[in-house]
Amino acid sequence: MADQKASTSIEAVESGLAAQGYIASRQIATAVYLSQQIEKPILVEGPAGVGKTELAKAIAAWRGMKMIRLQCYEGLDEAKALYEWKYAKQLLYTQILKDKLGEVLGGAQTLHAALDQLHDFGDVFFSKEFVEPRPLLQALEQPGGCVLLIDEIDKSDAEFESLLLEILSDFQVTIPELGTVSAITPPTVILTSNSERDLGDALKRRCLHLHIGFPEQRLEERIVESRVPGISQTLRRQMVGFIHEIRSLDLKKLPSVSETIDWARVLVLLQASELDTEIVKDTLNVLLKYEADIEAATPQVTTFIAKAARSNVFG
Amino acid sequence: MRENLHRFFRAARGAGVHVSPAESIDAMRAVAQVGISDRAVLRDALLLTLAKSQDEKLALGDCFDLFFSQPEPRQDQPEAAGEDHAAQGEDQPPSAGSASEAGEGQPSQGLGPLAQMLLSQDRNAIAAAIASASGAASLSDIRYSTQRGIFSSRILDAMGLQRLRDDLDQLTATNPSLAERLRAALDALREAVRDTVSQGLALYAREEAENLRNEILRNAPLARIERRQVAEMRALIRQIARRLRERYSKPRKRQRRGHLDVRRTLRRNAAWGGVPFLTAWKRKHRDRPKIVALCDVSGSVAQVSDFFLLLIHSLHEVVDDVRSFAFSSHLIEVSEILETKSPEEAMSEIMSKVGFGSSDYGSSLVDFEKEFMSALTPQTTVIVLGDARSNNLDPRADILRRISERSKRLVWLNPEGRLAWGFGDSEMPRYATFCSVVRQCATAQQLERAVSDIVATYQ
Repeated sequence: MADQKASTSIEAVESGLAAQGYIASRQIATAVYLSQQIEKPILVEGPAGVGKTELAKAIAAWRGMKMIRLQCYEGLDEAKALYEWKYAKQLLYTQILKDKLGEVLGGAQTLHAALDQLHDFGDVFFSKEFVEPRPLLQALEQPGGCVLLIDEIDKSDAEFESLLLEILSDFQVTIPELGTVSAITPPTVILTSNSERDLGDALKRRCLHLHIGFPEQRLEERIVESRVPGISQTLRRQMVGFIHEIRSLDLKKLPSVSETIDWARVLVLLQASELDTEIVKDTLNVLLKYEADIEAATPQVTTFIAKAARSNVFG
Repeated sequence: MRENLHRFFRAARGAGVHVSPAESIDAMRAVAQVGISDRAVLRDALLLTLAKSQDEKLALGDCFDLFFSQPEPRQDQPEAAGEDHAAQGEDQPPSAGSASEAGEGQPSQGLGPLAQMLLSQDRNAIAAAIASASGAASLSDIRYSTQRGIFSSRILDAMGLQRLRDDLDQLTATNPSLAERLRAALDALREAVRDTVSQGLALYAREEAENLRNEILRNAPLARIERRQVAEMRALIRQIARRLRERYSKPRKRQRRGHLDVRRTLRRNAAWGGVPFLTAWKRKHRDRPKIVALCDVSGSVAQVSDFFLLLIHSLHEVVDDVRSFAFSSHLIEVSEILETKSPEEAMSEIMSKVGFGSSDYGSSLVDFEKEFMSALTPQTTVIVLGDARSNNLDPRADILRRISERSKRLVWLNPEGRLAWGFGDSEMPRYATFCSVVRQCATAQQLERAVSDIVATYQ
């Protein structure tokens, strides 16, 4: 019974994401399903532009939840990611309340008594009022749950990774002055990484590890179909076939899905009905982002178009 | 199923995937969610929870395919009757098949369970029996290929071979044709068990065998390893490089409490009118290693130089600046060749340019002083790798002295043992006076220690 339920739920995830314009492979859908069921974050790795960030957006849109995004960069620290005290507000309040202070302490005869009375007021200035929640804390405080996207975690420092561990495994953070804040509803956490540096084992262990590579030809065609509906079927097949040929070259940066979509839009704008050498050479700069890459690919264009057209006939 | 998953985790460890207890718990939970009926989904779920990198995913995927491919007993029966039976058995669903077989199988009455199973040609039941018997014989403990025989016989014993033999003896007397069929089936069974054991060996013994091989390889002299081991050695060197990278790639930020950084403190507290709520302290920056490597590529030392250059050039994250030079009779810079080409191509190109000559340390040092002396800074560590055998030519130790004066450290790595230093045409003692460190470096392990020490001085 459970098996039946599982496979239908995975299909439900797939169609749910598809409704948001995100065509997921079976593996991605399984990962999303599992992360909901066993409440674990997903660590998504893969080359730039294959839809890692899009996945988080699609999940948020599909489940009607708010998406909170934390962009990582070198030097990102607690104060910018988790919480910060509103120092200015604290300072302002102490200034305003200065006069009141005399009244409060009025009855006290000795210094000790005054101190005790002050203690009674407790940590007024270190209460929730004065905490400025940053993305991580915000995510925990959403009553309806949310999708927390921690983008490009590999760009942050190793220390920041350790900061994340508590949130990722228990969905809680500890603020020394306030105690532990637990999530009202555990958020769906997506971490993305471009593998710029190796992440720590402790972090990896807490996540489901999903690798999104370049999609297969059929899948990529479906993606283009959903994102650029105006494109004709023949052109779609040809261009995706052409891009798959380009990816077999040894280039500095291979074109990924986002470039495919951009190119499809460009071709539609130029009202191309099918690929020819002229138009490909003119628009190659949409696909390839380095001069050296364009130079390497240009002599191959005609052969690749022919190959793409041939595979089109058989496919 | 839980038993099977545990065995799979062991196999996964054998395939080089780190599966910690916490990960196995996660995998169990995931499998409980997705169920086991859909193999593709199960595979995805295990890959998601257990593998933590793309390499691990590939290894684990192969391991999964191997693990869940059950070798099945062969169906080739020489007799026509047997073939009929087999065809029948295949057409029907397994449970119904065995039931009907038992019903019509009059002659098999009075036989042991194994004999009945074999005669009824129920492949699923046989496969299940083999699986449970290999569990009883703890097949997952198999380590070496020489153990195959003993595990096969253990599994067959656990399946009830003894009883089958008695049955065979009895049948030969009463029903020779049935005995013949049974004997053929037994041969097929033996084959299936042998396949199971081979598969078990491939799954479970890999880890142990690999550790043993790596241990031997680490301590083998680099200059004398065989051609077929070169690829393995390269892989080992890459492993060493990864380990060194992980250890040294993070620049240690040492905060020196005590010295206030006034400028940064003021800027940080600008929002509060310069009242210093947050203090900033001066930090001491550590240099990243700068390395200049001079490698002898003549005859006996070439192989060691090859591995040394491979190691140094795979330490990008740790070592910012490496310039490599190769020499035998004269010296050239090889940094660019090593950066742009694959290790094999680079080495053959270097060898064609300067290799195979008789080594002349003196003139190579002259070449270096003439052209590349400016590469040395007070932060540079100079590493010379060579046996210091200069064919009785002028060693020009004075140049080495000047190199040592201009650089932070001068390290000499010599593939020869200490005993040989100074004998024959070895100039090692003369050079050694100008070196900060001289050490023997003949095996992968010594190479790792030497490079690790050099990098550690910069931390």
